[in-house]
Amino acid sequence: MPESLTKFIFGRLTLESLPLHEPIVVGTFIVVALGGLAVLVAITYFKLWGYLWREWFTSVDHKKIGVMYMVLGLVMLLRGFSDAIMMRLQQAIAFNGSEGYLNAHHYDQIFTAHGVIMIFFVAMPFVTGLMNFVVPLQIGARDVSFPFLNNFSFWMTVGGAILVMASLFVGEFARTGWLAYPPLSGINYSPDVGVDYYIWALQVAGVGTTLSGINLICTIIKMRAPGMTMMRMPVFTWTSLCTNVLIVASFPVLTAVLTLLALDRYVGTNFFTNDFGGNPMMYVNLIWIWGHPEVYILILPLFGVFSEVTSTFSGKRLFGYTSMVYATVVITILSYLVWLHHFFTMGSGASVNSFFGITTMIISIPTGAKMFNWLFTMYRGRIRFELPMMWTLAFMLTFVVGGMTGVLLAVPPADFVLHNSLFLIAHFHNVIIGGVLFGLFAGIAYWWPKAFGFRLDPFWGKVSFWCWVLGFWFAFMPLYILGLMGVTRRMRVFDDPSLQIWFVIAAFGAVLIAAGIAAFLVQIFVSIRKRAELVDVTGDPWDGRTLEWSTSSPPPAYNFAFTPVIRDNDAWWDMKKAGYRRPLNGFKPIHMPKNTGTGVILAVFSVALGFGLIWYMWWLAALSFVCLIATAIGHTFNYHRDFDIPAAEVAQTEEARTTLLAAQA
Amino acid sequence: MSAHDHAGHDHAHGGAAHGSLKGYLIGFFLSVILTAIPFWMVMTGAIDNKQATAVIVMAFAAVQIIVHMVFFLHMTPASEGGWSMLALIFTVILVVIVLSGSLWVMYHLNANMMPGLHEMRQMP
Repeated sequence: MPESLTKFIFGRLTLESLPLHEPIVVGTFIVVALGGLAVLVAITYFKLWGYLWREWFTSVDHKKIGVMYMVLGLVMLLRGFSDAIMMRLQQAIAFNGSEGYLNAHHYDQIFTAHGVIMIFFVAMPFVTGLMNFVVPLQIGARDVSFPFLNNFSFWMTVGGAILVMASLFVGEFARTGWLAYPPLSGINYSPDVGVDYYIWALQVAGVGTTLSGINLICTIIKMRAPGMTMMRMPVFTWTSLCTNVLIVASFPVLTAVLTLLALDRYVGTNFFTNDFGGNPMMYVNLIWIWGHPEVYILILPLFGVFSEVTSTFSGKRLFGYTSMVYATVVITILSYLVWLHHFFTMGSGASVNSFFGITTMIISIPTGAKMFNWLFTMYRGRIRFELPMMWTLAFMLTFVVGGMTGVLLAVPPADFVLHNSLFLIAHFHNVIIGGVLFGLFAGIAYWWPKAFGFRLDPFWGKVSFWCWVLGFWFAFMPLYILGLMGVTRRMRVFDDPSLQIWFVIAAFGAVLIAAGIAAFLVQIFVSIRKRAELVDVTGDPWDGRTLEWSTSSPPPAYNFAFTPVIRDNDAWWDMKKAGYRRPLNGFKPIHMPKNTGTGVILAVFSVALGFGLIWYMWWLAALSFVCLIATAIGHTFNYHRDFDIPAAEVAQTEEARTTLLAAQA
Repeated sequence: MSAHDHAGHDHAHGGAAHGSLKGYLIGFFLSVILTAIPFWMVMTGAIDNKQATAVIVMAFAAVQIIVHMVFFLHMTPASEGGWSMLALIFTVILVVIVLSGSLWVMYHLNANMMPGLHEMRQMP
C-alpha cells in the first residue's frame, strides 16, 4: 500500500503509537482485554445481549439511567484509583537515587489521567446518577422532562470515558496535569495525541453533562407534584437544582475554552500561545471560571444527601430547612466569585488577590451554617447508626478539616507559600474524598434498597467504611505535612531521604483505601447473594421522610400509580402521620415515553468523530459528523415516542404489591 | 459567548403566548434599524473617535438583545411564572461577573507582569 494512502486512512496512527515498549501498559492491556473478553463471553453465553439492549441501554427510564451512571462511575473509579495507587507506590520508592518503576513519560500521563478520570468520569457520573435516580422520585414525577435526552446524555458521558480509556492502549494521554494549561498543552510543547484525547473526551462528555443539567432543571421546575412549592422541596432536590444551574451556567465556559485550545492546536490560532499576542494566562482564568463552580457542582448534591440522611436517621425534621436552602443558593452565586484563588500567584496584585481571598472566606460561612444545621438536627434526635449515618458522621469530622485548610489557602500570602504544594493536594482530596465520596457512599447505602428492593450487607459496608476513613487519614495527613515542608505536587523522584517515611505512610493509606474499595465490591456481591435475607418489601426500610419512600422498592416503571399531593416539607412523613392508605383501585392508563436506541448510536458516532479528530483521520471525522447530524435529524421524524401502560397492567402491578405487603404483615 | 447567546438559549422555549404579525414586524424593523445604524457609523466613520464608536456599537447590540427578547421570544416579566425573568437576571449577573472579572484580572496581570510591554505602549 502506498504511504500516502496509509496516511490518508490512518492519519498519524501507526504501529508505533501502540505503547508496546511499556511493559506496565502491555500488562494492563492483557488484564483488561482478558477481563473484557470474559465479560463479553459471559453476556453472550447467558444470552443477555437482547436483555441489556432492550431493558437498559435503550431505556429512557430515569431510574435505570441513574443506575447505569453509577455503574460507569464505579468502573471508572477502579481505573482512577489504579492510577492513584501507582503514583503512591512510585513516590514511596523513588528515593536515594532510585528512579522508581515509572518513567517520566508514563508518570506524567498517570497523574493527568487520575485527575481527569476522578473528576469527569467518577465524581460527575456518580453525582449525576444519584440525581437522576432520586430527583424525579422525590418530587413525585414519573420521569424527567426529556427522557430521550437523558439517555443520550448518559451515552455521551460513556463516549467520553471510552475515549479516555482508549488513550491508555492506543497512543497516549495528556502529560499536562488535569487542566492542560497552555503553553505546555499547545501544539509546540505537546505535539502528540495526548492533549487531543483530553480535549475530545471532555467535549463529548461535556455535551452529556450540559444536556442532563438542562433536563434536571426543567424537571425540578416543571414536574413537581401538586402542592410541592419551592419551599417544600426536599433539600436533596434543592441542592440538585442549584447544582444543575451551576452546570448549565459553567460548562459552556469549559466547552468554549477547550474549543479555543483546540483551534490553537488544529488550525494555528494564537489564543493561548506565548507569541503573536496570545495569552496563556487567559486560559487559566477562563478554565477556572468553569473549574470553581465545578467543585460546588460536585459537593452540593452531597450536602443534600447528608441532609436527607441526617434527618431520616435522627428521626427528626431537618433543623433550619430555610437556612439550608438559602445557604445553598448563596453558595451557588458565590461560587462564581472566587475563581481567582486558584491562581493567586499569577501576579494580579494585591487588590485583585484580596478581593478573591475575601470572597473565598465568605463562601465558607454558608457551608459552616449547614454543618451546624446537621449538628442541631442530630441534637436530641434518636440517632440510628446505620451505614449512611456513619458515612455522614465521618464526613462531618473529615470535611471540617478540609474546609479549614481551604480557608487557610484562601489567605493570599499563605497561598504564595503553599501554592502547588502537596498541602493543596491534601486539601482538595480532603474535601473531595471526605465530602463527595463519603456522601456518595452514604447515598448509595441509603438509596440502594429503593433501587433494588434489598439492603446492602451492613458488615461488609462497615469494613469498607473503616478502611476508607482510616485509609483517607493515613493517605492525606502526611501530604499536609509534606506540603508545609515545601514539597510540590507531581514530583516523580525525590532527593531528600528524610521525606520518604511520609510517602510510605501515604502509600499505606492508599492500600487501606484499596481494601475499602474491595470491601465495597464484596459488599455488593454479598448483598446480591443474600438478597432474600436483606429484602425490603415495604419500600420504606429506613422510616423515611420524603416521597421516594412512598412507592415500592424497586419502584414500578411509572413510579407512582397516582400522583401524590403534598402538604408538608417531609411529604411522606406527613402522609404516614395522617394515616395514608395506598389506593387499591381506580387505576388509569399511564402515558410513558418509549425506549430508543438513538442515544447509543449518536454516542458511537461522537466517539468515532473524536477518534478521527485525535488521529487526524479526516475521512472518519467527516463521515461520522455527517452520520451524527443525519441521525439526530432522523430522530426528529420518529413520531412513535410514547405509549400508554394500560390500566389493567397498572392494577396488576399494584395488586402484586398489595399481596406482598399483606404477606409481610 | 455574548450575553445574547445566553439569553437566547435560556428563553427560546419560553412557551409564552405567540406574538402578532404586528409585533413581529415592529421587532423586525427595530432590528434592521439597530443593525443599520452601527454599520453606517463604522462605514462612514461618522464619529472620529474609534473607541467611542465601539462603545456605541456595543450599546446598540445590547438594545438589540432586548428587542429580540421582547418581540421574538415574547418575554415579559411574568412569562413562565417569573422563571424566565429570574433566569435572565441570573444569566446577566453571571455574564457581567465573568466578563468584568476577567477584564479586571487580566488588566492587573498585564500591568504587574508585563512592564516591558507597557513602556513600549507609552512610547511615542
